[in-house]
Amino acid sequence: MSDKIPVTVLTGYLGAGKTTLLNRILTEPHGKKFAVIVNEFGEIGIDNDLVVGADEEVFEMNNGCICCTVRGDLIRIIEGLMKRKGKFDAIIVETTGLADPAPVAQTFFVDEDVSARARLDAVVTVVDARWLKDQLKDAPEVKNQIAFADVIILNKIDLVSADELANAEKSIRAINAYATIHKTTRSSVPLDAVLGKNAFDLDRILDIAPEFLEDVHVHHDEAIQSVALTVPGDIDPEKFMPWINEFTQKEGPNILRCKGILSFKDENKRFVFQGVHMILDGDLQRDWKPEETRQSKMVFIGHQLNRAAIEKAVEACRA
Amino acid sequence: MSEPQQESLTQRVVPIEAGTHVIRAQFLGEDPTLALADGRILTGAAGAFVSPHGDAAILVAACNGIILLTGGDDGKVIATSPGGASETLGDEKGRWIDALAIGPSGDIAWSTGKKVVARDGKGERKEWTAPSTAQGLIFAPKGYRLAISHYNGVSLWFPNTEGVPEVREWKGSHLDVTLSPDGRFLVTSMQENMLHGWRLADGKDMRMSGYPSKTRSFSWSHDGHWLATSGADAAIIWPFKDKEGPMGKAPRECGVRHSKVSSVAFHPRALVVAIGYEDSCILLCRLTDGAELLVRPTTKEGGKVTSMGWNRTGNRMIFGTEEGAAGVLTLP
Repeated sequence: MSDKIPVTVLTGYLGAGKTTLLNRILTEPHGKKFAVIVNEFGEIGIDNDLVVGADEEVFEMNNGCICCTVRGDLIRIIEGLMKRKGKFDAIIVETTGLADPAPVAQTFFVDEDVSARARLDAVVTVVDARWLKDQLKDAPEVKNQIAFADVIILNKIDLVSADELANAEKSIRAINAYATIHKTTRSSVPLDAVLGKNAFDLDRILDIAPEFLEDVHVHHDEAIQSVALTVPGDIDPEKFMPWINEFTQKEGPNILRCKGILSFKDENKRFVFQGVHMILDGDLQRDWKPEETRQSKMVFIGHQLNRAAIEKAVEACRA
Repeated sequence: MSEPQQESLTQRVVPIEAGTHVIRAQFLGEDPTLALADGRILTGAAGAFVSPHGDAAILVAACNGIILLTGGDDGKVIATSPGGASETLGDEKGRWIDALAIGPSGDIAWSTGKKVVARDGKGERKEWTAPSTAQGLIFAPKGYRLAISHYNGVSLWFPNTEGVPEVREWKGSHLDVTLSPDGRFLVTSMQENMLHGWRLADGKDMRMSGYPSKTRSFSWSHDGHWLATSGADAAIIWPFKDKEGPMGKAPRECGVRHSKVSSVAFHPRALVVAIGYEDSCILLCRLTDGAELLVRPTTKEGGKVTSMGWNRTGNRMIFGTEEGAAGVLTLP
């Protein structure tokens, strides 16, 4: 598990500052070697790292799941990179500005060869503070990229007023209540803000969520929203697993991402899951610490999610 | 569960210290030869190697016993002859070489992304752009014709004709491709853990499913009647003797173990298949009665068997693993 290579996916609309961020990551002194998968050669200049060109080929899987798409080129590239094990410590995938992050993320769950060797560390989305308002109206990609993010770099804040910045942050929160937001100029963030996030370790992320929940109700006009739940006490896996499977099968096309940490009845370990559309991946992880409150937290981000129905269904899964 | 007692050939294996991921294990002439991911090609005397790709990695390799063709992440396609002399036959300027093939009369082909290049024995090059990345290449057993697997099907390209290649369509992502030695059947492995086949005469489709993982290794028996495949807890061997191919027939399962098969290689003269597993074990299995012989026991650090190859007469076999274990078996 721990020797899987961490993969950071870098998304962001055209001109948001993705390449600046990438160059920053690569040139900072960190003693790490990266394999970088890019779409346009030439814009980044590094001697030490392995740079691979990609074609962003999105393939549908014939597994009866209409929204299940993967990046065929990524599967092949990672297979190739794994032959050079030891030559790099982490992989960074840069997507084009217009890319939907779903196929990239799903590749790490769906393809068994990839998931055996690499794990999605985090989706990092760079957002242009100045143009966000317009882009949310005109560019559906931007919403998707924000919805998928674990970490959001709200960039070019020197070009907006304090009010505009607050509004930009509000718009982001309306779509994605749990991502960590870093406000930057020139994509200037410390390396540890974007790398080594271990998106599976959701503690911190899910802890942020509740305080934003009230805000979320204000933005009914947003097509994508988050539904975050906290359930005290234990959950009955016999009830929860069938429900989450059925729910993601039925609502898969509408669910962009979901994540959760669950306290299962008679289980000393925490059950952690995450998913993209219909694809779910879950595992028992570390023990509950004595000082921790046994409770379950989960977040669903997607289109037309029925908050009341989800709350009711999860409530019914309590042990 | 303990595995049945097998007769063992382990004493007849001479190990080779490859030290890194073995991309291809084959005989070049009579020399055991290993193409390694770090760019080295071990061939000839013990410890001898050449590095025609310099510091670059070898990603793919093919061998017909006369040349070893390697494709690197430097974009180069290099042919190495017995003795280690090498010649650069293609240079894609740093774009990764995704697939390679050697034809029956020494023609070669390679691909990078959608670009497919065929180079005939005289050195004349032809190019074709596939509809999506060319994942696998194989030459037809006769004539100058190349099968190219890609998303949603396989294209059959005659490099010396101007016409549009014929396409055999089937929805999904096709990985590796192979043709039966008589040229009647075309088979691909797919992203969805199954094989797809076509009878070329009439384009009839065949689905071969039930694999728990992807098939990444194929091998035809010397008589062309059987196709051994990796991807399950046994070598799955499909019958192709009849006109209908494997349709309506169950495959043979050889060497059932608690580990997935990662590599298969039929003996060049007998119905015996070498089966390499993800746990680094290797067995020889006789198709007629299922008898098994142990070639290499499982070792903790051995790694998945990535490639195996027989010499021309079939008295020696070379193998290599992901973790750099390798060796040569000499049969009694």
